[in-house]
Amino acid sequence: MFKKLAIGAVVALGLTAPAASFAAGAGGHVEDFSFSFEGPFGTYDQNQLQRGLQIYTEVCSACHGMKQVPLRSLADEGGPHLPADQVLAYAEQNFEVFDAELDDFRPAKPVDHFPANTSAGAPDLSMMAKARAGFHGPYGTGLSQLFNGIGGPEYIASILTGYTGEEKEEAGTLFYENHAFPGGWIAMAPPLSDELVEFADGHDNSVHHMAQDVSAFLMWAAEPKMMARKQAGLVGVLFLTILSVLLYLTNKRLWAPIKGKRYEA
Amino acid sequence: MSGIPHDHYEPKTGGEKWLNSRLPIIGLLYDTIMIPTPKNLNWWWIWGIVLAFCLVLQIATGIVLVMHYTPHVDMAFASVEHIMRDVNGGHMLRYLHANGASLFFVAVYIHIFRGLFYGSYKAPREITWIIGMLIYLCMMGTAFMGYVLPWGQMSFWGATVITGLFGAIPFIGEPIQTWLLGGPAVDNATLNRFFSLHYLLPFVIAALVVVHIWAFHTTGNNNPTGVDVRRGSKEEAKKDTLPFWPYFVIKDLFALAVVLAVFWAIVGFMPNYLGHPDNYVEANPLVTPAHIVPEWYFLPFYAILRAFTSEVWVVQFASFITGGIVDAKFFGVLAMFGSILVMALVPWLDTSSVRSGKFRPMFKWWFYLLVIDFIVLMWLGAQPAEEPYKSFALVASAYWFGYFLIILPILGVIEKPTEIPATIEEDFEAHYGKTSDASAPEATPAE
Repeated sequence: MFKKLAIGAVVALGLTAPAASFAAGAGGHVEDFSFSFEGPFGTYDQNQLQRGLQIYTEVCSACHGMKQVPLRSLADEGGPHLPADQVLAYAEQNFEVFDAELDDFRPAKPVDHFPANTSAGAPDLSMMAKARAGFHGPYGTGLSQLFNGIGGPEYIASILTGYTGEEKEEAGTLFYENHAFPGGWIAMAPPLSDELVEFADGHDNSVHHMAQDVSAFLMWAAEPKMMARKQAGLVGVLFLTILSVLLYLTNKRLWAPIKGKRYEA
Repeated sequence: MSGIPHDHYEPKTGGEKWLNSRLPIIGLLYDTIMIPTPKNLNWWWIWGIVLAFCLVLQIATGIVLVMHYTPHVDMAFASVEHIMRDVNGGHMLRYLHANGASLFFVAVYIHIFRGLFYGSYKAPREITWIIGMLIYLCMMGTAFMGYVLPWGQMSFWGATVITGLFGAIPFIGEPIQTWLLGGPAVDNATLNRFFSLHYLLPFVIAALVVVHIWAFHTTGNNNPTGVDVRRGSKEEAKKDTLPFWPYFVIKDLFALAVVLAVFWAIVGFMPNYLGHPDNYVEANPLVTPAHIVPEWYFLPFYAILRAFTSEVWVVQFASFITGGIVDAKFFGVLAMFGSILVMALVPWLDTSSVRSGKFRPMFKWWFYLLVIDFIVLMWLGAQPAEEPYKSFALVASAYWFGYFLIILPILGVIEKPTEIPATIEEDFEAHYGKTSDASAPEATPAE
């Protein structure tokens, strides 16, 4: 009986679930990068997020924006977790925001958000890691996402490492061949090159590693409460499992005389 | 109130008598919670409780979400992110609410298919069935409008496509569409009215749920054998039934806890699995997504909507005899609503006098095929509108209608049922052996 019930619930979820995510971004080849935050117990790597922030600041933010992300959240636990004074310094040194009260630009403060994009056509990156699916199969059911995740950060890292070096011009716009991008040609010039960003701790700054670091950072930007959520998930599942066992035993005890069984305890 | 004979509430103290002669609310609650319930109910009967829980969960989380959400095209998307980032526990609230909708539909689909298999729609439970179908329609409306509120790309384009369906109605379609949207296209007026209705409809559902429960408390629950509870006397009824409290309350709570453990794992570990990535991109009326896909629970009906293209002969025939009034688009809309209508009419389409599918050797297989058909349609609804999916969708849609309109009416005539137990008691004892004391024993407290 327990089995039937479990099958009812699990099969229903498993079968019905995943079809919806089929459509977005189908076409390119997405490499299954490995990230520290995968799986039910995966966590963000604080150092990686800080390196990713540096790459975002020095490279991505030249064109892209991240307007949904408050600068103050850089200090949050379960994120880059910078000390408050560093967040203040980071905001002031890197960004200017328009202040309606002053009717002028001023250096950004932690209460401000990251600026919006500066260049037409460069999409906002606040939720980019959740706005793309890297995995779709098999047969468009999306069931592989059960095991691999949806694949947003993998998609971003694949784009950053997916350039072939080929270029073409179409209607006055330069396109770059990229085998991760749907359609194969992307308008964004290859943003990363080896040793483009220098890390204070001398961490590996090959394109491959930087692509992973900045993708991890963008995943945090998109899902800043992931670690708190997984913890709540674990506590909840444990609690409900114990509750299930207790209710199962209660139910068995309650029905035993009805079912003509002697209750042994 | 009619129903299965059982002990009713008797006010004992002075205070109880005073209240009872003015407002017999304790008696009503007592009769509701102590209703005699067939003792052979199996685990497919637990989804009603899950559904009731879902409604409460959605209303409770929804009320708090509304406190932080802004229904305006310029602010809706950002306000959802505000909930995700700044509101205490906001990310959990929103993920519970979004995935709660999915749990709601998982439960309602299992609940409906349980009813279809065990013949719960048959006399005297037609009204329960019809009310249930109305609840299901309200759920679909609520879910659809709720999905528009985050104002992502799929919100916007889903709303555009679905409200466009009303535009397919001949002659009056366009004014109706404009009236629904509050303008020529999906815009702020649309968002505002959808927000208003998304808040209203759950309370309509709650009222319908009360009527649904009232109806089947009058007829009594169906059960896996489909055999009626004996109602000659209290003693006779007691042989077939047990009071809802505590036997079925505890059983249902156990099942609910198991279901919620799975649900909580999804919310905690993969809350975006059932969503669509495009909805994390803010709505943009100038950029159409490559594929517009509804939420998973609409996919079977979306597949039926798209299955009837202008190449299909039925569509061409309908177009010919109506002089072109019924075109492919309108035919698709009729098919989609028709697919739910035939399900609602099943009490009168099923001609078999046998209630439970357990004792219908031919029906069983057609029913299992219907379940598979439903899952295949769900898969097809997410695929692009091209071959081979189009042909599959046509076959699968045809089976959906064929099941209700052809197979069920014919089966009732040609099928020979297998042997049905005379009473629920007999069925129960076939499973668990004869109990020494035939009448229902009292629950004893644990030592």
